[in-house]
Amino acid sequence: MGLIETFFNAKVFVETLPLLWTGLVVTIELGLLSIGLGLLLGLAVALMRLFGIAALRIVARIYIDLFRSIPLLVLLIVIYYALPFIGIRLSSFASATLALTLVSGAYTAEIFRAGIEAIPKGQFEAAKVLGLSWPQMMVDVILPQAVKIVIPPLTNNCINVMKDTALASVVAMPDLLKQATQAQALAANPTPLIGAAAIYILILWPLVLLVSRFERTLKVDTR
Amino acid sequence: MGTIISMRGVDKYFGRFQALNGIDLDIAEGEVVCVIGPSGSGKSTLIRCITLLENFTAGEILVDTVPVREGRELELVRREVGMVFQSFNLFPHMTVLRNVMLAPIRVRRLSPAKAEERARDLLIRVGIDEQAQKYPSQLSGGQQQRVAIARALAMEPKVLLFDEPTSALDPEMVGEVLDVMRALARTGVTMVVVTHEMGFARQVADRVLFMDGGAIVETGTPQQIFDSPREERTRAFLKAVLHH
Ligand SMILES: Nc1ncnc2c1ncn2[C@@H]1O[C@H](COP(=O)(O)OP(=O)(O)OP(=O)(O)O)[C@@H](O)[C@H]1O
Ligand SMILES: [Mg+2]
Repeated sequence: MGLIETFFNAKVFVETLPLLWTGLVVTIELGLLSIGLGLLLGLAVALMRLFGIAALRIVARIYIDLFRSIPLLVLLIVIYYALPFIGIRLSSFASATLALTLVSGAYTAEIFRAGIEAIPKGQFEAAKVLGLSWPQMMVDVILPQAVKIVIPPLTNNCINVMKDTALASVVAMPDLLKQATQAQALAANPTPLIGAAAIYILILWPLVLLVSRFERTLKVDTR
Repeated sequence: MGTIISMRGVDKYFGRFQALNGIDLDIAEGEVVCVIGPSGSGKSTLIRCITLLENFTAGEILVDTVPVREGRELELVRREVGMVFQSFNLFPHMTVLRNVMLAPIRVRRLSPAKAEERARDLLIRVGIDEQAQKYPSQLSGGQQQRVAIARALAMEPKVLLFDEPTSALDPEMVGEVLDVMRALARTGVTMVVVTHEMGFARQVADRVLFMDGGAIVETGTPQQIFDSPREERTRAFLKAVLHH
């Protein structure tokens, strides 16, 4: 068999495409759900860390540092294989979502914190002396300005979460990578794996380009 | 006329450094008070305490008989006290019009239509009506400061605090802002103005405070302070600044 037939076998590819498709749907569901939940969690933790009472600040700090220290794969395996010993049995999808959300939330919290801290003190003071309440100040004045600052690093974080979804295949999640390895075994041909790799790249390349563009425009802005 | 601001024995410490030392001060409704004094004498700290941007360490401040402290009272105080900063602090992501409309809508619960009407009137008053749809970064410093004054006025405060409103401006723009403030002083709003503009203080103030070392060293009419200061420290300060 030639190289082309081995790695880019059209017949195998067409046959396994439905399987890859179901895997892709799971990967995208898992990625988007984890990104969305991670954003909410990260914003909440960032606000706790910046404006909470002392105890909440400490909790937020520990959370952020803990989940930035633990390798995602280790966390995932602990959730899926260790938690059942204390009676917590999560599906592979729930385990993967939880692990990805917890880790993404920690990074997102740091991104939001940096974004909010970059807003000049005068903006907070102007909002306060106008009589805006704390939530009004955040929603109308601070967060809209912070969002502009955090969009590039948040996009970067999205890329990381989408990539990390592939780790879920180790807890038997039928995601894109898992389906591809299964298809490879069935067809006794690596084409599905190559196909899966191509799909990951196709999804993430535009995001990578977007981040590069953010970086370019930021450079122009600060000049 | 009643007393609108009353400070009794106000101390402020930053760590172990005492920035305000036993401030006693009464300001009458409609009075225009200019605060002068050397850098670091506590002028900004004084007016920032009135609206609790700084927590004072001891003493009491009343605004229109409401005690200035955290909680429900602070809302009332902040509705009645507006502030204009040296660095304008306009909201850069909103148009000029939106900047002026925001607080009346959110805090006073005005309808957007009513808030816009009020904002446009105020922008005419400060001479910025042409720029209503622009963003702050598209305006000159003098224009931005006039918008900031309109924004503060939109809440119809009883008291307006100014912290060196012209110090960040190019010299050719100082006049336009002082003109707006001069007109404002005639409307009966109470004004407390920290300033290095001695000409403005002499012309507009009902009373001048000279601060040094966190204390009010001397207070009097502009004539008293500028023409026959009693305290040696006031004389030395005026000699230094008027020599420029
Ligand atoms: N946040 C702060 N932390 C520590 N010290 C401060 C703080 N703010 C002010 N100070 C100190 O308090 C003193 C009074 O400051 P303040 O800003 O009130 O002076 P000022 O009279 O307004 O001076 P300037 O004319 O330079 O604006 C200064 O010595 C200053 O260094
Ligand atoms: Mg000052």
